[in-house]
Amino acid sequence: MAPRSIAQLAQDLRARRVSATELATDAIARAKAHSALNAFITLDENAASRATTIQDDSILAGIPFAHKDIFCTNGIRTTCASRMLEHFVPPYDATVVERLAATGAVSIGKTNMDEFAMGSSNENSFFGPVQNPWDTSRVPGGSSGGSAAAVAAGIVSFATGTDTGGSIRQPAAFCGITGLKPTYGRVSRWGMIAFASSLDCGGMLARSAEDCAHVLAAMAGHDARDATSADLHVEDYVAALSTSLKGIRIGVVKNYFGAGVEEGVATAVHASLHEFEKLGATLVDIELSHAALAIPAYYVIAPAEASSNLARYDGVRYGYRCDAPTSLEDLYTRSRSQGFGVEVKRRILVGTYVLSAGYYDAYYLRAQRARRLIANDFVDAFKSVDLIAGPTAPTVAFGHGEKSDHLAMYAADVNTVAANLAGLPAISLPAGFSSGLPVGLQLIAPAFAESRLLNAGYQLQQSTDFHLRMPGSSA
Amino acid sequence: MSIDHATVRRIARLARLSVDDAQLENVAAELGGVLQLADELAKADVDGVEPMAHPHELPLTMRPDAVTEPDRADAFLALAPESRAGLYLVPKVIE
Repeated sequence: MAPRSIAQLAQDLRARRVSATELATDAIARAKAHSALNAFITLDENAASRATTIQDDSILAGIPFAHKDIFCTNGIRTTCASRMLEHFVPPYDATVVERLAATGAVSIGKTNMDEFAMGSSNENSFFGPVQNPWDTSRVPGGSSGGSAAAVAAGIVSFATGTDTGGSIRQPAAFCGITGLKPTYGRVSRWGMIAFASSLDCGGMLARSAEDCAHVLAAMAGHDARDATSADLHVEDYVAALSTSLKGIRIGVVKNYFGAGVEEGVATAVHASLHEFEKLGATLVDIELSHAALAIPAYYVIAPAEASSNLARYDGVRYGYRCDAPTSLEDLYTRSRSQGFGVEVKRRILVGTYVLSAGYYDAYYLRAQRARRLIANDFVDAFKSVDLIAGPTAPTVAFGHGEKSDHLAMYAADVNTVAANLAGLPAISLPAGFSSGLPVGLQLIAPAFAESRLLNAGYQLQQSTDFHLRMPGSSA
Repeated sequence: MSIDHATVRRIARLARLSVDDAQLENVAAELGGVLQLADELAKADVDGVEPMAHPHELPLTMRPDAVTEPDRADAFLALAPESRAGLYLVPKVIE
């Protein structure tokens, strides 16, 4: 049976066909039944008791969902999938947590992820890897792998995620669901554990563009506690869904279909693009001439910012502390060396290197200049097109342990990192299957044009049913 | 770009991470690999391009100089592995 949309569940709740308590209880039961997926780090057994009677208010009232374990939750441990924060219980809620709680939506727990959001496979979690519900021998993608698996398996209607280089879109693609990375600054980062502050974006993974629109409406908006959050009007995302796509111009990025893109992925993406044509859109071939710089620039800038952000984990104020430190430096060094996993340490070392005296200009500053060129490519492209399209990821979900080389793993982010460098909103939409596994289509829009992405996604999902397929039922 | 063991040791020290002698070769190779990727940037003509530190050119806003957060020192101090009398405790620094 096709999963019910947020709007359908909201109707059921208001017609008293089901109660919020029942929905939460069922969601927790499903999470337990799917425990082999390892999608959750912490389940909140009390969630059902917090689900109250639905008055009117938000459409999200009473809808069960989950938070990526990177958002601080008052009184519920928040680990970032790291030994460093294994026992960290924040005394406050992130703004995103606060805003979703205010709608009456019911969080049933915290989802698994790559440690500190560093990874593309969810294999870098201190709490173990997550399985892809479509094929448990494969990864769900990362870093929001637990959120993607929880939505794809039908445990929750939606889950929050964060996207620094593709961490919402790539797992959404691998798990056959819809994932939106909003514009940088559209969603508050307050209480969202920092990885790379000029790239990090909070967003969501859900079954459909329509569901994403409801969730973004609740999450978006200015927050005085985050100086980088944009003080700009929040559009009516839901109202914009029904706009016709007639006359819209979609730029198809030739470089995004380059070497490394599986044939089955390219075929499925082209077929979905053809659907857009049927809906009245015009496809235009475009080139982003500096696309090849995105991965090198990202893997300098993101580790540089990470090395600075993660300096706060020193074993003094919170988090893991080593046994019997002999000196302050020993306390710092052993707490960090024992508290962080392999990939996190690797990125801290890379970041420290590129920021160190003698290398700053050659790497960090040069990457920032390349970042400008990448962003300018988009500015130029959006002079003649409304949206930019390509495959979200070059491949379908790969097997556990298949990409043991970290450089091969980094290369898998080739189509997603540019949107983060440029700060643009982007969405991954289910676009069919290749070898029985979901394929994602990525659309990128100009800054703060989330409504255009959601509108296009919604229209595509009116004429295709890929977003309704469930693991085990089809392909 | 390949890096030698001394450089790995220096960077690890700066990052306050320990790298055992047995791991040195491996870590040097891994970092070298990432830097080789970063060396792709050398091919780009970036002369005269303004560095971009942040996605949007929005000016940072100033907030009124007023107290907005309550004093929750006890709640935050309670997270510390070791604290006493309102202070974080660390190993002795001054002999």
